[in-house]
Amino acid sequence: MEKRVVFRSSWLPYLLVAPQIAITVVFFFWPAFQAVFYSFFLQDAFGTQSQFVGLANFAELFRSESYLNSIRVTAVFSTLVTVMGLAVALALAVAADGILRGALAYKTLLIWPYAVASAVAGVLFAFLFAPSVGIISYVLRGMGVDWNWVLRGEQAMLLVVIATVWKQISYNFLFFLAGLQAIPRSLIEAAAIDGAGPVRRFWTIVFPLLSPTTFFLLVVNIVHAFFDTFGVIDATTQGGPAGATQILVYKVYYDGVKAADLGGSSAQSVVLMAIVIALTVVQFRYIERRVQY
Amino acid sequence: MADISLHAVTKRFGDNEVLHPLDVAIGDGEFVVMVGPSGCGKSTLLRIIAGLEEATTGEVRIGGRRVNEVEPKDRNIAMVFQNYALYPHMSVRDNMAYGLKIRKLPSAEIDARVERAAGILELGPYLARKPRELSGGQRQRVAMGRAIVREPAAFLFDEPLSNLDAKLRVQMRLEIQKLHRSLGTTSVFVTHDQVEAMTLADRMLVMNAGTVEQVGAPLTVYDDPASTFVAGFIGSPAMNLVPGRRVGDGVEVGSGLEFPLPEALRSTARAAVTVGVRPEHLVVSSAGSVAGPALAFRVDSVESLGADSLLHGSAAGASFVVRVDGHQAPQPGASLTLSPKPGRVYFFDTPSGRRLAG
Ligand SMILES: Nc1ncnc2c1ncn2[C@@H]1O[C@H](COP(=O)(O)OP(=O)(O)O)[C@@H](O)[C@H]1O
Ligand SMILES: [Mg+2]
Repeated sequence: MEKRVVFRSSWLPYLLVAPQIAITVVFFFWPAFQAVFYSFFLQDAFGTQSQFVGLANFAELFRSESYLNSIRVTAVFSTLVTVMGLAVALALAVAADGILRGALAYKTLLIWPYAVASAVAGVLFAFLFAPSVGIISYVLRGMGVDWNWVLRGEQAMLLVVIATVWKQISYNFLFFLAGLQAIPRSLIEAAAIDGAGPVRRFWTIVFPLLSPTTFFLLVVNIVHAFFDTFGVIDATTQGGPAGATQILVYKVYYDGVKAADLGGSSAQSVVLMAIVIALTVVQFRYIERRVQY
Repeated sequence: MADISLHAVTKRFGDNEVLHPLDVAIGDGEFVVMVGPSGCGKSTLLRIIAGLEEATTGEVRIGGRRVNEVEPKDRNIAMVFQNYALYPHMSVRDNMAYGLKIRKLPSAEIDARVERAAGILELGPYLARKPRELSGGQRQRVAMGRAIVREPAAFLFDEPLSNLDAKLRVQMRLEIQKLHRSLGTTSVFVTHDQVEAMTLADRMLVMNAGTVEQVGAPLTVYDDPASTFVAGFIGSPAMNLVPGRRVGDGVEVGSGLEFPLPEALRSTARAAVTVGVRPEHLVVSSAGSVAGPALAFRVDSVESLGADSLLHGSAAGASFVVRVDGHQAPQPGASLTLSPKPGRVYFFDTPSGRRLAG
């Protein structure tokens, strides 16, 4: 049996995929090409003249203290987001897997945050934690914490991490819950009869069997932390204070748009593109094979 | 090793009582088979013994100790599941050693036990493999091995053979028998297959809709079924059960076929009586030579099983199945005279289904 659809006319299939191709070309290939192109040029401050400089923009990039700082910030940020996001979501999924009554309400509540846009989540948390008027800041001050993320870098980092994790938990939760529910009950029962208590059952049976899900979410969350968190940062700290939350994606925007350094910003985009390609390759390589057990 | 007893155990899921008050006593070293149709509560009963379900009321004792409040891991039992429940991410060796490692046995002792079990079950060459690299029969053995190495007080089996093909099932049945003879561990085996029950059990426990219908040695249950349910469930093909009417000192079925009631039953038999005869207890005889009831049987169809043939047909308007020698089967349409073997006609009270007792 021929499973593919066979078109009789030769142009119809091209016409049908044309919109998708056009969108990809206009919004992805063209900007990507431009970024690669501009990364080889140096523009003057007014954007009127440009001069071919080869790889000088890249060399400049890796000498720049602010770029190296941004790499460090991104590493810390994405590690925190991924680890916290996975840990909290897994804990919630294990709890949800255990309860029978009210499970639907519980799951619905946990899934809601995913429907909220990043920027909205950012604004929400910026308000909750606002140094002067935020309700959580009020509570924290009541507890004797000197809360002021506008001035303190580590607090600003904590804020953007919490806002990002909060939004990402729903997604992770859904996958973990599905993964947990795919583990046959009899395995857990067999382990219980074999003498394993709940904690040991979790670490020796459940967690290893969840590893394909965990690995998938690990990659998805890193990609998310790297590339989809512009909205959260822009709505809260805008990279500050003093670059403490200036992750790579935000720095591309900042240098390109605010500081009008088109060449440097393009070089940064190219680096980011290389990273996302590498992550995608890793994901395909390992997800295809699944994590072996 | 230990004896197991259940006292007035019931189980309710919500408003649905799936086990009605049950009393079961399983002796030390005994092999007891719980047999009954799907959904009658066999697994639930086994899981109550294992501690995977809580009894709604009543008491469970293992080795004389009340275990209602004891965790499964502290009951010192091992269970073999229908789907085997092997840990898919662990090798055969690790699957078997898991319970021993948790119990912190010295590793030399663990290795010795695993090797010994692997030897008994012929799993030696597969110890390094993962469960997915094994055939169904091998997985079944690993599940058994995991139970054996624990050296528990009792084995619980929940339909362990039902995922195997017919040939393997017979083979594993024999191996389980052999294993029980050599280990002598108390075993509770759940199945819906009456052949497994007949062949494995020291005693069997026939269950129906959450109650125990009869307990006894397989041949006792076969020879003396306590109810129409047991009579129909144990034995293959099933016993012929024909509803009839009390007339004088006998029971009439169909149009005028009369079975005389033994004297002892005449006082207890009421108006509606069911007559039961096993297919293998109806013998072909020549007309006129029959002392008891003679069935003028007309053959409608013949099923040839090789050694035996099953004749489906009717006598006096009632349907019967008869088992005859495979090479002496008559053609469909033939007429025969059948007579039941003496003492092999059973009488049951139709409304309650209970066997009539003198
Ligand atoms: N966890 C449960 N919740 C509700 N009903 C159940 C549950 N487990 C079993 N039952 C019901 O109890 C009855 C007996 O089930 P089970 O013991 O599995 O039967 P068997 O093993 O004899 O086929 C069935 O009607 C089944 O639907
Ligand atoms: Mg069952």
